[in-house]
Amino acid sequence: MKEEKSFWRKLNAWINGEEALIHADEYIARREQPKKRQWLKRPNMQEIKSNKGLYWFLCVLISIVFITIMLLVVSNLPTFGDPMDPANNEVMERYLEKGIEETGAINFVAGMILDYRAFDTFGESNVLFLAVICVLMLLKRDKKNISKAEDKEIAEDEMLDAADHKSILKVGAKYLSPLIILYGIYVILNGHLSPGGGFSGGSIIGAGLILYAAANGHKKMQTFFTFKTFTGISVACLLTYCACKSYSFFTGANHVGYAIPKGTPGNILSAGFILPLNICVGLIVAATMYGFYALFTKGDI
Amino acid sequence: MEHVNWIHNIPFFSIFLAMFCGIITPLIKDGKTAHKVHALMVLIVAIMSAILLVNVTTTGESFTFMMGHFPAPWGNELRAGPLEAMMALIFSVVMLLTTTGGQEFIFHDVVPEKQSFYFIMLNALFGSMLALAYTNDIFTAYVFIEILTIASCALIMAKGTAQAMVGTTHYLVISLLGSGTILLGISILYSITGHLLFPQMKEAIVQLVATGQYTFPLLVVTGFVFIGLAIKSALFPFHSMLPGAYQAAVPTSSGVLSGLVLKSYIFLAIKLIYSVFSVDVMLQLKIIDILFVFGLAGMVMGSVYAMRETRMKRMLAYSSVAQIGYIYMGIGMSTRIAMVAACFHILAHAVTKSMLFLCCGQMVQDSGGKEQIYYLRGAARRNPVAGIGFTVGALSMVGVPLFVGFISKLYFATASVYAPGKMAAVLIVLGISMILNAMYFLPSVIAIWTPVKTEGEEQTRVSVSPAFGVCIILFVLINIALGVYYRPFIEVIERGIILLQ
Repeated sequence: MKEEKSFWRKLNAWINGEEALIHADEYIARREQPKKRQWLKRPNMQEIKSNKGLYWFLCVLISIVFITIMLLVVSNLPTFGDPMDPANNEVMERYLEKGIEETGAINFVAGMILDYRAFDTFGESNVLFLAVICVLMLLKRDKKNISKAEDKEIAEDEMLDAADHKSILKVGAKYLSPLIILYGIYVILNGHLSPGGGFSGGSIIGAGLILYAAANGHKKMQTFFTFKTFTGISVACLLTYCACKSYSFFTGANHVGYAIPKGTPGNILSAGFILPLNICVGLIVAATMYGFYALFTKGDI
Repeated sequence: MEHVNWIHNIPFFSIFLAMFCGIITPLIKDGKTAHKVHALMVLIVAIMSAILLVNVTTTGESFTFMMGHFPAPWGNELRAGPLEAMMALIFSVVMLLTTTGGQEFIFHDVVPEKQSFYFIMLNALFGSMLALAYTNDIFTAYVFIEILTIASCALIMAKGTAQAMVGTTHYLVISLLGSGTILLGISILYSITGHLLFPQMKEAIVQLVATGQYTFPLLVVTGFVFIGLAIKSALFPFHSMLPGAYQAAVPTSSGVLSGLVLKSYIFLAIKLIYSVFSVDVMLQLKIIDILFVFGLAGMVMGSVYAMRETRMKRMLAYSSVAQIGYIYMGIGMSTRIAMVAACFHILAHAVTKSMLFLCCGQMVQDSGGKEQIYYLRGAARRNPVAGIGFTVGALSMVGVPLFVGFISKLYFATASVYAPGKMAAVLIVLGISMILNAMYFLPSVIAIWTPVKTEGEEQTRVSVSPAFGVCIILFVLINIALGVYYRPFIEVIERGIILLQ
């Protein structure tokens, strides 16, 4: 009789989702007390140290297994540069032989990523945009991730910044950052003619902006680059990209008129959509680079 | 313009519409407007997918759509057949119901100035799921896997609590491991086949197998790609990121992630099996058997973990692990009927698990934010709509006739007969897993319907927002409808799989 009772009690406790089955009452009494859960607790160093041998052994073992597999794969891969490579097929041939004629771009890479396989590049520029939005969601200061200590720290930082003259940095940035940005613009505009393009030129411009911001402080930067500018640039560029490519995909797939002239290969105004797309990608990348810097240092653009 | 085939443009329109909405959402400051834009977009995509589905099933053919001016081996391509259209339709319907029903959670849990960012992520997530369903190019698939990864992490961390950060970090690390493995596989695959589009790759692989060239790299590549996809879709030994992430996230995010995002990776795996690697090669390389074994292990272990859980959201997360195991078991049997069962289970799990997460989130919110099943006793009395939704979902997951979960389990059992050497294992594990499912779902159902009797305290009914009520009722109806009129869906899936081969 007694046993049955305890069985029912166990079953009952389990149905109700209680963890401890036998001493349920005590357990509940204990659980009712508020328990403070430390989500960001420091790892228990003692525990880690006691397992150090095991971790070491597993790390080495797994690495060795993967290194062996990868080395075996690499030794079995086709020789690099061999004309009989599987990768040297009709795809490569057409890109190289007809690339200029079909895309109007002398830089084959630009022709490939912005014309032959433009859908992938559209995805890639969206990846950048989403990455910034993700960081914004994480780091932009709001009522949930703000603390008084942090505010104080930032205020102190600003005070120190104001007190520090940073003459070398300021003079350096004054002369260097316009040149860097100018070079970035050159790389973007010549993306279809010479090595470079939106991604590389954009990161050069971004570097210039970061240098300027580091020398002159956040406040001065905000006179011409605010959060509004940032969203404006990103949205406008992505929309232009989206519109250009929608037009090009739609006309291409349905075989209806495509009225964008390719121009003379080699001229700056040539290669159809490649130049505007490079400008769009470049601006997005530049805004992204600077956005990351501003968010990680100040928590705001 | 009269020779433009508008139906063939639907996949392209759907993907670009979703991405377009994602791009313009930062201009909208208000979360409620952003939600309206999102819902409208998903509704349009759902209608377009339904038109596409009707069209491709009546003509019984699939088609490819050239993305740009250059034909197949040179440019990108999309492909749509009955299976792809069906997946797009189910994804959009479930997405619409989950985000509409769960909008209150978003407005409640996410800081107002960041709500529009949340909807950017939802739009991008939806666009990339459509792209994964329609793509015919392995690198496009990779690019959209990246978008999906970023967007899912953002959806988890949107709540901004410390717990959400820990969950996101875990999810991010494991997801990136999966992405890295897939990328490694794709790059080696390109160097031995020289192509990126599915049909050309398939030809090259068949050629390689026939001539016996590059056997070892091919084996490693197949392993990398499928293990990568398995990691991303949380197959059993790689499931550890799910419980923490789903518990911490907004219930809407958990529903979307568990119901749809995991499924889009699995659907990509199914497409790859048929259109790139081909079943024969997969069987020869034994990779498919590994997936089969992991699937079986997942079915049992997921349920065992779920039984040990006392927090409802974590229990549902572990239940997802078990259900993913079912799907991989179907893929592992590698016959056509098993694949049909696996695809049907994708639908079944999508419509059921999203509903379960929404109902669970609502009941937890009504019970003062406490997640233990112990505190949820009587929650269904307080909020009958959520209670009914949870009960239907639980019964469907257990596999009670009339609900959709039963049909897929029936088909799995039928399929096992045609899988030589795997029948006994499938039937035994299926039986064990169903009993285990019942053992953790039924106690929680009983618990939510039996209130604790406390004196002097009356059970108060909580007011239900109309959107939530309507969406849960629609979910329940879809569940029953799919469980009763399943024949046409099975036929569409079968037709789609034949066309994929």
